Amino acid sequence: MKKHIGFVALGLAASLLLAGCATGADSSSSAADATIEIGSLYEPSNLSNFGGGGQGVTEAFNGNVYEGLYQLTDDGSVEPLLAESNTVSDDGLTYTFSLQDGVTFHSGKALTSTDVKASIEAVLSDDSQSARKSSFGAITSIETPDESTVVVTLAERSISFIYNLSYIWIINADATDLETTEDGTGPYVLDEWKRGSSLALTRFDDYWGDAAANAEVVFNYFTDATALSNALLTGEVDIVTSVQSPDALSQFSDNADYVVNDGDSTTKEILVFNDRVAPFDNVDVRKAIYSAIDTTKLLNSIWGDYGTLIGSMVPPTDPWYEDLTEVNPYDPDLAKQLLASGGQPDGFEFTLDTPSYDPHPVVAEFVKSELAKVGITVNINTISADEWYTKVYKAQDFTATLQEHVNDRDVVWYGNPDFYWGYNNPDVTQWVAEAEASATTDEQTAKLKQVNEQIAQDAASVWLYLYPQIVVASSDVSGYPVNGLNSQFYAYDIALK
Amino acid sequence: MTSYLLRRSAFLLVSFVIAMMAIFVLLRLLPGDPSNALLSVTATPEQIAAAQAQVGADRPVLEQFLAWFAQLTRFDLGESFISSLPVWPEIAARLTVTVPLTLMAFALALVISLVAGVVAAIKADRWYGILISAISQLGVAVPVFWVGILMVSVFSVGLRWLPSSGFPRDDWADPADALRSLTLPVITVALVMSASLTRYVRSATLDVVGSDYLRSARAQGSGYTEALWRHGLRNGAVPVISILGIELATTFLGAVVVESVFGLPGLGSMLLKAIEQHDYPNIQGVLFVSTLVVLVIGFLADVAQRLIDPRLRVSISGNR
Repeated sequence: MKKHIGFVALGLAASLLLAGCATGADSSSSAADATIEIGSLYEPSNLSNFGGGGQGVTEAFNGNVYEGLYQLTDDGSVEPLLAESNTVSDDGLTYTFSLQDGVTFHSGKALTSTDVKASIEAVLSDDSQSARKSSFGAITSIETPDESTVVVTLAERSISFIYNLSYIWIINADATDLETTEDGTGPYVLDEWKRGSSLALTRFDDYWGDAAANAEVVFNYFTDATALSNALLTGEVDIVTSVQSPDALSQFSDNADYVVNDGDSTTKEILVFNDRVAPFDNVDVRKAIYSAIDTTKLLNSIWGDYGTLIGSMVPPTDPWYEDLTEVNPYDPDLAKQLLASGGQPDGFEFTLDTPSYDPHPVVAEFVKSELAKVGITVNINTISADEWYTKVYKAQDFTATLQEHVNDRDVVWYGNPDFYWGYNNPDVTQWVAEAEASATTDEQTAKLKQVNEQIAQDAASVWLYLYPQIVVASSDVSGYPVNGLNSQFYAYDIALK
Repeated sequence: MTSYLLRRSAFLLVSFVIAMMAIFVLLRLLPGDPSNALLSVTATPEQIAAAQAQVGADRPVLEQFLAWFAQLTRFDLGESFISSLPVWPEIAARLTVTVPLTLMAFALALVISLVAGVVAAIKADRWYGILISAISQLGVAVPVFWVGILMVSVFSVGLRWLPSSGFPRDDWADPADALRSLTLPVITVALVMSASLTRYVRSATLDVVGSDYLRSARAQGSGYTEALWRHGLRNGAVPVISILGIELATTFLGAVVVESVFGLPGLGSMLLKAIEQHDYPNIQGVLFVSTLVVLVIGFLADVAQRLIDPRLRVSISGNR
């Protein structure tokens, strides 16, 4: 009896181990046939651009599977893609786009102006969850005089219109079931999305532009940052799109087999005041808090040598960036003076609603200890992401909170007095509107710099730091994007050496 | 036996309905608004309203419950709040990972614990018998995910024998590939499960070894091994089988935990994600399937016990 059981046990264990050791060693013949394995923490919820798919769908699909009329390149500039050229009327209200010739969808249908019109209208529809929906409020009509021409009329000038178009995917107007399938024009077609695990893209043979440098790209999804690092260490993935855990970096930075890329990000860690309520309706009090926090030390303790300090909402990749880190310098004595002039000479007490996920709890503890030095008591109230939306964002029932804002060119939200942070400076609101109505980008840039300077002087919020954008890759691969602006990750130039 | 089966089935059905109602109510009692998972930090008031409509959070709870229950009677689990995709196909796809993982882990745990438990009982006075007892005592206290992390760091990151995470994209098209991915998770769950099972087997064996009937059998001239085999196995199996049902259910839950450590696209990782997003249809769907599995296993264990032990059939079914 015992012997029998023993044999069965041995047999089972042996077969498991044998199966384990039978490695499917595949040697790729040439670089163009290569499969690139990408590791990411952001699995899409669904594959739709306007149905709450999250940043994962942008990462995998933007520019890879779907293309826009324009494209935001990895260095932050806007270039034509499916639009071959465009003209703008003198009043800046009528845009005429000529489409690229010879573009076909993955289903084989040729791209026409009808598809472009339908794609823009889908983003504007009532049930659209697109994060960019509000950017297109000025559109009054979309005409298609012929198959390769689209004419869009605006109610008022919108200098960001072309830039905003880079967020709209052009999708086959006849396509259905866009939550699990796709029909775009990009260099890759969706091969398979295995939910909870991976999303595989294969090269589209009839692509209108330059073919992708690799045959297949697979996004492997992880829920755990440690598991993701392990997968890179064991060679199961070649690239990690965005490292969110500084602790994991040391095992790659000192290792010749890996490259740690320190790119530009647009994600800002912000101490957001509710500017409507006392004591944060007082500019001096807000400035006092800014000057009481040693942001250099904070950034260093969280990210070591990575990341950037910013003195305002604008990251260096936005055209209207300027270095404003000295507007509210770290200076505890100045902070005390400002507290006194703001009517709070003895300090005060406030509640900081802190989202429970990284890095906010650590940041909250740091802010608490810094502010204690100038006599301010911080009560940390830990809340879930869900509660944050209910309490802070929707009900605007908070005194101060921490939040990361990921988008580029989002300084314009300080021009909306109804936004959750309640910053209300009529000058800024007007400048933001004027910037959008500018006739030239120079004019727009000048106006937004003015906005930028003003919100820094008003310490509308405390912009603690700009996250680093860290892509870690095996030294065997090249051609991957390092900046990952707005979570996009163009995969078509990635090659195995 | 037939009337027992009928009664036991009715009990199964009633407990299942009660469990489903409890799950629905408890989920709604938790704080949280499922529509929030659809929002971005720049959502407009219109988008907030659209998100609420998409998840049906603007409808009364009773109405939501009745609609859901009506769906359930047709075995329709509805659509995810977040992805708007039907729940069943996703669960079905993920069961192809969780079910093999559970069954293999259970089989391995059974083999390990039968050997270890019997050895520990019969050789209770030898050093290895004592060692097995001590290790199984310790093993009961070790969490599954910790063993999983240990396994990865030794066999995957350290020795590079096996993948650290993931599952083949083509599922079971290449069974060897799929088994490779499941090897470490199976061993992890099996090791942890076998700790408690070993202790049950050990004490059941000790009862048998010290029993009067075994002594009588030997007095009648039966050899030790033969007596153990003919009389001991059947008697000793009754308490072990009654616990096996629960242990199989626990193995299933262990599999669910270990999936997130190994990045396996199973039911467990689906449940964790759904909870994080307050995606009620997905949570309810996973709990529907797992509750059903646990209750059916309990049912089968009860029936199996009766088949093995005629005493239960005679005495209890007569007056219950």
